[in-house]
Amino acid sequence: MYVLTMLQLLEPTPMNHSEHPAEHIAHSADKAAFLRQISQFLESGNMLSEPEAMRPYECDGMAAYQVLPWLVVLPETIEQAQGVLQLCHQYGVPVVARGAGTGLSGGALPVANGVLLSLAKFTRILKIDPGNRSACVQPGVPNLAVSEAAAPFGLYYAPDPSSQIACTIGGNVAENSGGVHCLKYGLTVHNLLALKILTIDGELISLGGAGLDSAGYDLPAVLTGSEGLLGVIVEVTLKLLPLPETVSTLLAVFAGIEQAGEAVTAIIGAGLLPAGLEMMDNLAIRAAEAFVHAGYPVEAAALVLCEMDGMAVQVAADLARAQAILLANGATEVRQAQSEAGRKKFWAGRKAAFPAVGRLSPDYYCMDGTIPRKRLAEVLRGIAALSEEFGLAVANVFHAGDGNLHPLILYDANQPGELARAEEFGGKILQLCVASGGTITGEHGVGMEKINQMCVQFSGAELRQFHALKAAFDPRGLLNPGKAIPSLPRCAEFGALHVHHGHAPHPGLDRF
Amino acid sequence: MIESGGDASSLLREHVLAAIAGKIPVNIIGSGSKTFYGRPAQGEPLEVAQHHGVISYEPTELVITARCGTRLADIEAVLADRGQMLAFEPPYFGPDATLGGVVATGLSGPRRPYAGAVRDVVLGVKMLNGHGEILKFGGEVMKNVAGFDVSRLMAGALGTLGVILDISMKVSPRPEAETTLIFFMTPDAALAQMNRWAGQNLPLSAACFDGEAVRIRLSGAQTAIASVRQKLGGDALPDDEAGSFWADVREQRLGFFQDETPLWRLSLSSAAAQPDLPGAWFIDWGGALRWLKTGQPAETVFQTAHALGGHACRFRSPMGGEFQPLSVGLEKLHRNIKQAFDPHGIFNAGRLYKGW
Repeated sequence: MYVLTMLQLLEPTPMNHSEHPAEHIAHSADKAAFLRQISQFLESGNMLSEPEAMRPYECDGMAAYQVLPWLVVLPETIEQAQGVLQLCHQYGVPVVARGAGTGLSGGALPVANGVLLSLAKFTRILKIDPGNRSACVQPGVPNLAVSEAAAPFGLYYAPDPSSQIACTIGGNVAENSGGVHCLKYGLTVHNLLALKILTIDGELISLGGAGLDSAGYDLPAVLTGSEGLLGVIVEVTLKLLPLPETVSTLLAVFAGIEQAGEAVTAIIGAGLLPAGLEMMDNLAIRAAEAFVHAGYPVEAAALVLCEMDGMAVQVAADLARAQAILLANGATEVRQAQSEAGRKKFWAGRKAAFPAVGRLSPDYYCMDGTIPRKRLAEVLRGIAALSEEFGLAVANVFHAGDGNLHPLILYDANQPGELARAEEFGGKILQLCVASGGTITGEHGVGMEKINQMCVQFSGAELRQFHALKAAFDPRGLLNPGKAIPSLPRCAEFGALHVHHGHAPHPGLDRF
Repeated sequence: MIESGGDASSLLREHVLAAIAGKIPVNIIGSGSKTFYGRPAQGEPLEVAQHHGVISYEPTELVITARCGTRLADIEAVLADRGQMLAFEPPYFGPDATLGGVVATGLSGPRRPYAGAVRDVVLGVKMLNGHGEILKFGGEVMKNVAGFDVSRLMAGALGTLGVILDISMKVSPRPEAETTLIFFMTPDAALAQMNRWAGQNLPLSAACFDGEAVRIRLSGAQTAIASVRQKLGGDALPDDEAGSFWADVREQRLGFFQDETPLWRLSLSSAAAQPDLPGAWFIDWGGALRWLKTGQPAETVFQTAHALGGHACRFRSPMGGEFQPLSVGLEKLHRNIKQAFDPHGIFNAGRLYKGW
């Protein structure tokens, strides 16, 4: 333990994704014997154990972190998934569940001695129930496919993470995914009616029900955003909404980012509830414009996209008010999309912001903090100062309506030390978010990426409570170990304990 | 405008620590307005009304944070001053109903299907767990996925996991205008019609059926409501009558609820056909909530609700409250979760289910 710590001290910026010894789940299962047992109920094509075959699973959307798993399994039925879990439970083998692998925080990063359980073959839409406005789907169904299947009934599924073409519903639930419309329609947790999960010992349990609530504790809420630590999601019932009659979008141009922030606050303060309220800073605007030619004003310090949807009459009333508020708060220009094509063009730049920024630099690192909106100007100034300090440029894309900030840090992984510097910069941004009354992750999850920053946001007692809740579902800690909730030794070594009322939260631990 | 109130968290913590040390269970009480709901809790009363007051309110951030003992009426007044509201339309069931009780019972009013439940607006809590530790989960921001969502777990847990101290909630703008329309029809037609409307682009904010007529409430811009009225027809209730009608639905003051017969709450899919149970019905939440007055045995009601994929609870009855029995797997998870938060079993023992 001591030696390990010394090594970490010698390295100025320890990589977040290094497994912490306290979070390691040891087992002595024999791989060949384990495979033989799995092959009793799983076709050989659905078990991968050769490094080359497993390579596509070594990372998720957080590609900077890579670990080759012990095994990859792709069950096709609930019974097969149960079989896999029962074996893992029997032998004490860790399990990491994975959907499409589009997550941005390394939540589906494999564990080197663990099974990577892919739900990619659970792709059936089981039922679209137009009468009750719900969809029952398997976890591997892509987000967008739900809305496509519901469209003939005039319905859709509201949460729309930017990866919605690829990301799957199971992953959306595990991460409590949002999207650009969650200001009005909420996150996954608000659009979920029921779940079926497998516990680590393979038991199938139904949570939620046909109604809008269920008996006992709100377990669908607990499972949502639990990042694969509590159970494996095998079926999801989602709420569907009527497709809006009209959607209309304004693009407002600002000479100062603070004015843009104030305009957003004024819109919310006036009682309007836009479906989307997004902001981009100058670097993000220029990158997006160069990439997709959305007609963005490249000189603008900031632009705000404000979308209204619903009944045509309501939208017309809301748009008029929003336009007046934007102009009264310093917008130099407010454009209204005159056609559906024009509206899509407004959004094209915003939606392509990440890859657009990616063209400016060999690599970029997307952060995901949430702050109270009123602290925006201050936090952006702090980020700019950090950008100077670390010598790395940053572009800001912002779900302004709900205070969710996505700074994109530009770096070059081929330059020695730049990734570590970007990581440290990112960590500082998250700490700034916490210090401003916000959180280290708004919608991308903690995963492996923000595991150390959890030590900043939560006290030892709070982390212990999280571990106790985890143990209520998974007493041996086999599900996605080392993710989402840091161990107390990790936090002690990270040295960023959140001290409440002047008392160190776990004085019993050694400090280094 | 924001009164500082009283921070009694240290005092409450001392009580809880003493309860843990003496192994004396406590029964958490705000104003006592909802003690009828659920099973009777065992234990010494732990009064939390002294921990009260709005801590912060930022209308432009759409967030209010208040202590558990804050009167719901005070919170709604503070919000109304700034043209905002709690969108889930919480029932009071008593003039001094507290915010803590609203969250702990997890009950929502007529607007629930269209604007979300209590649990949907809970952003963060500060709580006392069964170790006597004061813990904070969630926060004051709309989007927060750091750690498990313990805040929402507290909604509807009936105080069995700990004492909720402070709560941060998302608030919503009050609609510019509201109108209630009335349509007379049969029960089957009513369920079909309410669900048909819910699938359309209408600014619905409530829909109920009292056995004779469907009443729907529309909320939004004046112009939007006028255009919907034209489209749907029906008769509009006078504004004051409409306001008191929905308050009476929420508070169960309608004639339907003035009865000694046990009142059951069935949570079902909104389009489910009326269950085959004898008794009188009142349908709220566009069909997703069915109130039933019946003398049928509890097992019969529970089995019927279960067969329809929903659940039932004996809401008001001389026999006391009773919740839908849990499946074996769920029951085990519930006990484990209870143990994780309250290992000494001191909080509201028996309030949710017998034995814990």
